Amino acid sequence: MQKNRLTWMIGGPQGSGINASAEVFAKACSRAGLRVYANIEYHSNIMGKHSFYRVRVDEEDVRSYREQTDILVALDHETLAGDGDHRRWGTHKGHLHEVSAGGGVIYDAEIGFDHSGARPGIQYFPVPFMEIIKKALEEVGKGEQARRYEVMKNVVALGSSLALCEFPLELVEEVILGQFKGKRSEVGQLNVRAARLAFDHVRESFDAKSFPYRLQPHREPKARLLAKGYEIMAIAKLKAGCHFQTYYPISPATDESVYLERQQRDYDLLVVQCEDEISSINMAVGAAHMGVRSATATSGPGFALMVEGIGFAAITEAPGPVIVMYQRGGPSTGLPTRQEQGDLQFVLHPAQGDFPHVVIAPGDLRECYQDVFSAFNWAEQFQLPVIVMPDKKLAAAYTTIDKLELKYDKIERGKTFTGSEWTPVEASGAGFAAGNGHAGGNGHKAGEAGGGVKEYLRYAFSEDGISPRSRPGTPGGRYWSTSDEHDPDGHITEGVGMRVAMMHKRMDKLPLIAKAIPEDQQFFLHGPADADLTIVGWGSTKGTILDAIKELEEQGKKINFLQCRLMRPFPAEKVETILKKAKKLALVEENYSGQLGALIREQTGVLIETRILKFDGRPFSQDELIAAFEKALTGTGVQEVVTNVG
Amino acid sequence: MSVSAPVKFTLKDYKSDLHNDWCPGCGDFGILTGIQMALANLGLDPDKVAVFSGIGCSGKTPHYIKAYGFHTLHGRVLPVATGGRLVNSGVTVIALGGDGDGYGIGAGYFVNTGRRNLDFTYLVHNNNVYGLTKGQASPTLSKGKKTKSMPEQAIQDGINPIAMAVAAGYTFIARAYALEPKYLAGIIARAIQHKGSAVVDVLQTCPTYNDLYTKEWYEGADLPEKKSRLYKLEEQGFDGKVKDPTDKQEIIAKKAAAVARSYEAEPIPIGVYYEIELPTYEDAVNQRIPALAEKPLVELDTFKRDVTPLLEAMR
Repeated sequence: MQKNRLTWMIGGPQGSGINASAEVFAKACSRAGLRVYANIEYHSNIMGKHSFYRVRVDEEDVRSYREQTDILVALDHETLAGDGDHRRWGTHKGHLHEVSAGGGVIYDAEIGFDHSGARPGIQYFPVPFMEIIKKALEEVGKGEQARRYEVMKNVVALGSSLALCEFPLELVEEVILGQFKGKRSEVGQLNVRAARLAFDHVRESFDAKSFPYRLQPHREPKARLLAKGYEIMAIAKLKAGCHFQTYYPISPATDESVYLERQQRDYDLLVVQCEDEISSINMAVGAAHMGVRSATATSGPGFALMVEGIGFAAITEAPGPVIVMYQRGGPSTGLPTRQEQGDLQFVLHPAQGDFPHVVIAPGDLRECYQDVFSAFNWAEQFQLPVIVMPDKKLAAAYTTIDKLELKYDKIERGKTFTGSEWTPVEASGAGFAAGNGHAGGNGHKAGEAGGGVKEYLRYAFSEDGISPRSRPGTPGGRYWSTSDEHDPDGHITEGVGMRVAMMHKRMDKLPLIAKAIPEDQQFFLHGPADADLTIVGWGSTKGTILDAIKELEEQGKKINFLQCRLMRPFPAEKVETILKKAKKLALVEENYSGQLGALIREQTGVLIETRILKFDGRPFSQDELIAAFEKALTGTGVQEVVTNVG
Repeated sequence: MSVSAPVKFTLKDYKSDLHNDWCPGCGDFGILTGIQMALANLGLDPDKVAVFSGIGCSGKTPHYIKAYGFHTLHGRVLPVATGGRLVNSGVTVIALGGDGDGYGIGAGYFVNTGRRNLDFTYLVHNNNVYGLTKGQASPTLSKGKKTKSMPEQAIQDGINPIAMAVAAGYTFIARAYALEPKYLAGIIARAIQHKGSAVVDVLQTCPTYNDLYTKEWYEGADLPEKKSRLYKLEEQGFDGKVKDPTDKQEIIAKKAAAVARSYEAEPIPIGVYYEIELPTYEDAVNQRIPALAEKPLVELDTFKRDVTPLLEAMR
């Protein structure tokens, strides 16, 4: 008997309501005091194609998925056997082979599956889904409308599953009713009824008691948070005081913007759906210049359109925007709904020329919050665009966390011009630029940029390179701004001295930023300082790496994990020290080429030869990383990991 | 936007001291003067005006105006100005750019900005060529035309900006001529005062590259009667203003009349083609976020938000 540790999976055609089913289950487990990690795999398709949702439940923290499923619910045949029989190029093998020995398969008795000759060693539970729905409807006199309520198969699936693991149905009922409020409460009752009938049916028709998995709530269940990355990103934006969010619909970034759109009225936030991402970024830049905290969210193809606007924000020293860039499989349209960490090098080099920007990659929900919150501060303090890069997995997977630390709540708006406080600072750059006679490229008065000027200059040189910004409309704070190279007035210049001084002014912000960002937000060495293997990785693989290390640790293996978070400015020296101390290094990335590895080699000269890479559009499983780390402990080279499940 | 103004600013209050590097005789000078005259006539405080531009010769315009000036990207002036306008409604926003900028690379934004009916003004410097890159055909040059700067005749046809503006939903659509700055200033002032998206297509000469549509051509110097190739709509009794914005028939009729006039090639009508008062994007936003009706977004305190209800929903 295994208590409070199992993986439950529901699979079916898209549009069949598996999301709702899995999310209700995940939430009920979380409310029961258990910890959940739930991830969805789906096609870029509205209806019909195969999708599945996997919910891993445990008493301890879980941050990744395991390959074996203990309870599999199949709403269609394809979920069990894959699509090789009816597609020229089969895309998956179904999930029957993933069921653990002793595990169970609940399937819709109507799908034409005969388990008599199927895989032995597991239990099969054919359930008449439609009959149960019909019965539930008959109770309210709607028996003949069963086909209209076909989507309720998802609650039948849920009720059946709970019967197997003896989970109290009341907890699930509470979650379901919570989702159908007001006018829809009748539908909620209907769903609860169907779930209850399914629960009873399984208890009566099968020997559920012999099923070896149990889920039981803790005596004092603690309501933890069960959240997806995009929700936390949105909440961080709200807490950071973001006034303005722009977006153009794109998977998997849209959810964040729609979530924010829903909060507009309550939180005085303006969300604008734009005509494309070029518009999104440029509206956000215009808004930042006008004095608000502005943001946008996109994914690779949208980011590809935004790049010109990012260079524009950088050269005009706009105090933002904050861009949350959700990675997915590329290139081009690539794998729109699948996982990849393939955009790091792109996001590091988005536009032409040299310019400063900040790139940070959170690894879990807490870091999503911290990084997005901080991003707004950095954008205004250093007057540049800041890019936070999660990925599809982080955006869409549910993870239980105890609470969200809102301690990163200090708002820093940077230097601003308020009229009276303006005192120009003469810096060497200014004197140089003004004094060499090249500055007035188009004929305006050279020498203005020097000391003693009493008027406000938006791009004035200063000791730290940051000029106070003025909010348009401020009396005496008038300024010009241009995407051309410019002088302290903000007028175009092609003068060599001014060009050099302005390049330094902008680029010198990078070391300043590096100093300002707390070290543990830049990188973090998880685990023992002394280890036989040091894993190097970034972003959402964090949880999987930690879960894999934890299991190997129990077997006595000493592995630690260097998590890189701040990608630009990159903490090269400190990372180099850690890398050079390591006995053995292995890179873990969900992309083809090892893009963090390339950054590390560029920045530190260290070549990480052992690489564990995956680019099939599916995140690493805990099992895959355990196997890969075991190999890496003894051998060297590139391991290309390909999903064997799902 | 509506403006009540004690007249305390003069033309020179809107002139920056930056040396101007446009070619001698450039139509941009007329447009610059037109904008400055309009601002002076309306008595707008230079600290409460923001001028946004695209890229090209016209893109330099904000640098010559004493006001907040944003010289943005090629074709992207409308999104940048839209973002600026939406968050800081206390500032009068004027966007401007060339015909390539607005009707070519930025055509998508031209259309979608019309859909929004944002309360701001957009001026297009329409001289039929890409000046700063030395005279290639712009989207308004007709098929078969060839300026001295072009190696071959234009192979594709020109677009009709007025008709496009009508279709896109601009609520104030006008055309003026750069070398008649006083008339132009009057049109720009009306555009600024109009509540909603106003677009003014400004016919402009490019003495360096466009030898077809020159000052002399517009003035009709080559015509036997030496009669201008421009005429003012209002002088022919044309009135593009919709009297009853709820009257769909009137709207259709006025739009159709505007489009019909926009196809007149010689003489070319200038003046206001179409005008209607409709709820703006800001009006709609203010309904959703009532605090915005009180003050601009930039002035709202968004830093004390309580997200507890959102976190509670995750339990």
